Amino acid sequence: MHIMEGYLPLTWCIIWFVISFIIVAFGIYQIKKIVDETPESKALLAVSGAFMFILSSLKLPSVTGSCSHPCGNGLGAALFGPAVTAVLATIVLLFQALLLAHGGLTTLGANIFSMGIVGPFVAWIVYKGLTKANISSTIAIFFAAFLGDLLTYVATSFQLAFAFPAPTFGSALTKFLVIFAVTQVPLAIGEGILTVIIWDRLKAYKPKLLDKLGALAPNEA
Amino acid sequence: MKHKVINMERSTLLILAAVCIILFIAPLVMFSGHGEDDGYFGGADDAAGEAIEESGFEPWFSSIWEPPSGEIESLLFALQAAIGAIIIGYFFGYWRGQGKEE
Repeated sequence: MHIMEGYLPLTWCIIWFVISFIIVAFGIYQIKKIVDETPESKALLAVSGAFMFILSSLKLPSVTGSCSHPCGNGLGAALFGPAVTAVLATIVLLFQALLLAHGGLTTLGANIFSMGIVGPFVAWIVYKGLTKANISSTIAIFFAAFLGDLLTYVATSFQLAFAFPAPTFGSALTKFLVIFAVTQVPLAIGEGILTVIIWDRLKAYKPKLLDKLGALAPNEA
Repeated sequence: MKHKVINMERSTLLILAAVCIILFIAPLVMFSGHGEDDGYFGGADDAAGEAIEESGFEPWFSSIWEPPSGEIESLLFALQAAIGAIIIGYFFGYWRGQGKEE
């Protein structure tokens, strides 16, 4: 999902940067509030960020014959919502843009938008919807992480199709969806499973804290 | 208040981990013998970059710093994963040592 450095026209760099900046700023405000109200959630913030660090460093092979990486953005989204996750994603993407030449500074806003905003937003909606319906949070987190990962790549495909609608928007979208989204399906399943395993342990160690953050299904609390 | 959180059996966790491993070994087996030279196992990000170049777009900015070799790149990727793993391992070990709340 990394749009490479310099690969987006300037107008689009600015548009995505502005949108992402607003949400990241709101996320920073939310983090301050959460840490003030529940200081012990600092450790969960660190774990959510660390999970993203690990998962987004793993370039995994897919059944399409190419490689891509998971995002790890479903965990933070389920715990803290999309804006906070956008802040965590910004840290990961900055690390990769500066040290690994993965993604870039000009495309940072666009990459934050896909991995830090669209993916986590979808994961958050899915997670809240399923847990509100009293589906076990362990099952809910699988679908949240699976769809959060997949929709991150769908978002990148849309971003590229908007910027390069040649010959038509539809054909460009199909081209980028084939490159990104199809490759991503098995990876998203893997990400779902890994997030379930982490979630299961979190529930075992910190049930009260998860409940306090409103991150459990009503029948689990 | 007693929480009604239900955790998975150890065997379920192991099965899930095994599914994950199989999922990522499968492509290696399916395309065994193929490599980067005949277009396998390349990165999706690079593939998208190539598709953009084909449309005639010239990248207008390049990374201010790039890992000078594949070795250094893998070093930094390993570092990234290690940072994440240390943090998760630290807190999970700490919480486990604390025992369950209540």
